[in-house]
Amino acid sequence: MKARVLISPKKGIADPQGTAVEQALHTLGFTGVRAVRVGKVIDLELPEGDHTAALAELTRMSEQLLANTVVEAYSCTILDEGA
Amino acid sequence: MRFAVAVFPGSNCDVDAYRALHDVLGRDVEYLWHRETDLSGFDGVILPGGFSYGDYLRPGAIARFAPLMEAVVRFAGRGGMVLGICNGFQLLTEAGLLPGALLRNRDLIFLCDTVPVRVENVDTVFTRCCQAGQVLRLPIAHGDGNYAVDAATLAVMEQRGQVILRYCAPDGTVDEQHNPNGSVANIAGIINGQGNVAGMMPHPERAAAELLGGTDGVFILQSMVQELERRQHEASRC
Repeated sequence: MKARVLISPKKGIADPQGTAVEQALHTLGFTGVRAVRVGKVIDLELPEGDHTAALAELTRMSEQLLANTVVEAYSCTILDEGA
Repeated sequence: MRFAVAVFPGSNCDVDAYRALHDVLGRDVEYLWHRETDLSGFDGVILPGGFSYGDYLRPGAIARFAPLMEAVVRFAGRGGMVLGICNGFQLLTEAGLLPGALLRNRDLIFLCDTVPVRVENVDTVFTRCCQAGQVLRLPIAHGDGNYAVDAATLAVMEQRGQVILRYCAPDGTVDEQHNPNGSVANIAGIINGQGNVAGMMPHPERAAAELLGGTDGVFILQSMVQELERRQHEASRC
């Protein structure tokens, strides 16, 4: 099964990339844009099986390696087949 | 007294660290490849600068799981002295041996410069050769040196004197103007609660001889050497 882990800077943590992207969007005329945060997408495949168990495994992966939980938040999703 | 300089794929200041300790300070030093698992016989460990494992995912995120790092965690747990420089600092935060994290520089620019840093605490085994408030001129070379930590942890660190180095003006004034990378409270270097593990973004090993443009880094490295001499002396008396 396919899965996706989204990683983003925690609330309150400075995000220099997000700030730079926001300023660039303003320069392009998208003046209403606020609160830009730049994160990461990690796509991966797991053996077919129970979704709950897979999500628990993804959480362990995120806590141990994929996210630095001092400064990053993460969310894990199982992608629907064919998505 | 034997130092180990860790070598990960992508380390690039390992030779500088070796030369500073061996050639300048005249100490026994050995390189230890990241697959090594044994630190017995070593008294101090340097985690050098560079881009371990290409800095993939986050700086230090992959190196943290190297076999050598398990040995470093055990070594630190026994009170062994560990100094992480630049990528080594990032690695120590990823490994949980030091609090906080190092984010992308505030201005998203890779900084390569020599900057003044003020010694905030001389009562540590990494700074005891410095004078209180001394301003050291040390090289920096990093893209991710923006130190971040939550306010509650920072308050505890400040209270315990765990902030050992701050970016400052040449006269020692600490202000936002002289904060090259956006680090909270201008932090350039910290120490753990037990006082045996330190991390710093500036490079003392690259300021260890006049030929390199300065010798202020020797204050840090010599402090480690003095502490290890003291420990050896105590051990020999027992």
